[in-house]
Amino acid sequence: MIGFWTLFYKEILRFWKVAFQTVGAPVLTALLYLMIFGHVLDEHVKVHGVPYTSFLVPGLVMMQVLQNAFANSSSSLIQAKITGSIVFVLLPPIPYSAFFAAYILAAMARGLMVGIGVLLATMWFTELKLVAPLWILAFALLGGSLFGALGMIAGIWSEKFDQLAGFQNFLIMPLTMLSGVFYSIYTLPNFWQRVSHYNPVFYMIDGFRYGFFGVSDVAPETSLAVVLACFTVVSLLTLSLLKRGWKLRT
Amino acid sequence: MSAAVSLVDVIKYFGSLKALDGVSLEIEQGEFFGLLGPNGAGKTTLISCLAGLARADSGKLSVLGHDVSTDYREARRRLGVVPQELVFDPFFNVRETLQIQSGYFGIRKNDDWIDEILANLDLTSKANVNMRRLSGGMKRRVLVAQALVHKPPVIVLDEPTAGVDVELRQGLWQFVRRLNGEGHTIILTTHYLEEAESLCGRIALMKQGKVVALDTTANLMSAGGTLEEVFVRTMRQ
Repeated sequence: MIGFWTLFYKEILRFWKVAFQTVGAPVLTALLYLMIFGHVLDEHVKVHGVPYTSFLVPGLVMMQVLQNAFANSSSSLIQAKITGSIVFVLLPPIPYSAFFAAYILAAMARGLMVGIGVLLATMWFTELKLVAPLWILAFALLGGSLFGALGMIAGIWSEKFDQLAGFQNFLIMPLTMLSGVFYSIYTLPNFWQRVSHYNPVFYMIDGFRYGFFGVSDVAPETSLAVVLACFTVVSLLTLSLLKRGWKLRT
Repeated sequence: MSAAVSLVDVIKYFGSLKALDGVSLEIEQGEFFGLLGPNGAGKTTLISCLAGLARADSGKLSVLGHDVSTDYREARRRLGVVPQELVFDPFFNVRETLQIQSGYFGIRKNDDWIDEILANLDLTSKANVNMRRLSGGMKRRVLVAQALVHKPPVIVLDEPTAGVDVELRQGLWQFVRRLNGEGHTIILTTHYLEEAESLCGRIALMKQGKVVALDTTANLMSAGGTLEEVFVRTMRQ
C-alpha cells in the first residue's frame, strides 16, 4: 500500500507544483467561455426553463473535470516515457493494479480541483442550487475516473507529444464539445440528437446537470448506467495494457 | 544458499535481432562482478530483463531465488539498478526524489538512510536543489542514490561513471566497495576496463548476445597483458 500512496502523492505533487498552469489556467478558460456565451445568449435563451448562464455553468464545470483528468494522467505518462524517468516507477515492486489506482485517483483529484475552482469562480455570475448533490458527486467522480483511465491509455500508446495531441484534439475535444455542454441536445435536428446518444460524455454532462436543476434530457439512472459501463470497459482495457506492460516494458 | 543472480538460457529478440542468445550464468552473493562487452553486446538488455524493464522471450532469470516474472515483487525488492541513461524527474528536488523512490519500495520513513547516502555521495548540500539545476555528474550521483534507497542486496551499476569527473568516480567506488564489503552483490558494466580490472573479482565478456568468456579477473589476465588486451583479443576471435 505504501507504494500506491507514494505514487498517488507523487502524481498530486507533480500537478500541484505547477498549479497556476494545471488548475488556474483551465478555470480562466471556463470563465472566458461563460463571459462570452453567457453575455451573448443569457437574455435570449432558456433551457429547461433555466436561464442560459445557469444552464451553462454545470456543463463547463464537468467539461473541465473531464479534460483535466485526461490531461493529468496522459501528460504524466508521456513525459515520463519521453524523458526516460518512467524507469523509476517500473523498477519498484508496485503491482499494476496499484499503478492504475494511483494514476486514476490523482487524475480525478485534479479534475475535481479544477471543477471546484470553476464552480467557485462562476458563482459571481449566476445563482446555482444543488438539487441533488449526490448525483453531482457521482458523475464528477465517475467521469473524472473514466477520463483519467482514457488519459492513461493515451499516455501509454503515445510515443511522441504530437500523437497525444492528436488523441486530445481529434477524440477528447470533439467528444466533450459535442456533448451538450453549451446546449440541450433537444435543440438539435433529429439526426444529431440520435448521434449525441452515442456519445458517452453527453450522459456525464446531462447527469451532472441533473444534480443542479433536477431536470435532464435523459433519466439520471440511465446516464449513470452508461457512464459506469464505459468506465468498466475502459478500466479493464487499461489494466490489461498495464499487466502486459504494453509499450512500457519492451 | 541461492545465487544472487541466476540466468539460465536467456533469449531475447528485438524484431529479427537476437539481442540475447542463450545467456547462462550465476553470480554468487557478495561478488563484485563485471559484465563487459562492446556496444550492442547485450549487456543493457540483460540488465533490463533482470530488472523487469524488458521481458525475455525464453529462459529463467532470478534474483536471490525469486523468479523475475512469476515472483517479480520479491525479485525487484532485492534489486537496485542504476540506469545507463541520465534520467530524472524535473518536478522534484533531490530529497523529494529519494523519499518518493523509498516509498515506491514500501519504505515510509527513510530519512536516516537517505542522509547517509547523500553524505556518502557528496550530495548533502544539494538535497533541496531541484533536479533540473544539477550538473550531469550530480544527476548521476542521484541515480546511484535512487538505486540504493531500499538497501538492495543486489546492486546493478550500468555504466555509472560515464561522463563523470575523477573526484566522483573515486568517491563512488569507495562507497560501492564499502557496500560490497558489507555483503551487497555488485554487478558492474563499464567501458572503463581499468575500473573493472581493479574492482571486479569475476568478469563475463559478452559479444553479440552471448557470454564468450567467464572467469575470475586473475584467470582472464593470466595469459598476460592488461584486461584491455584480453578484451580486444577475445572480441577479435
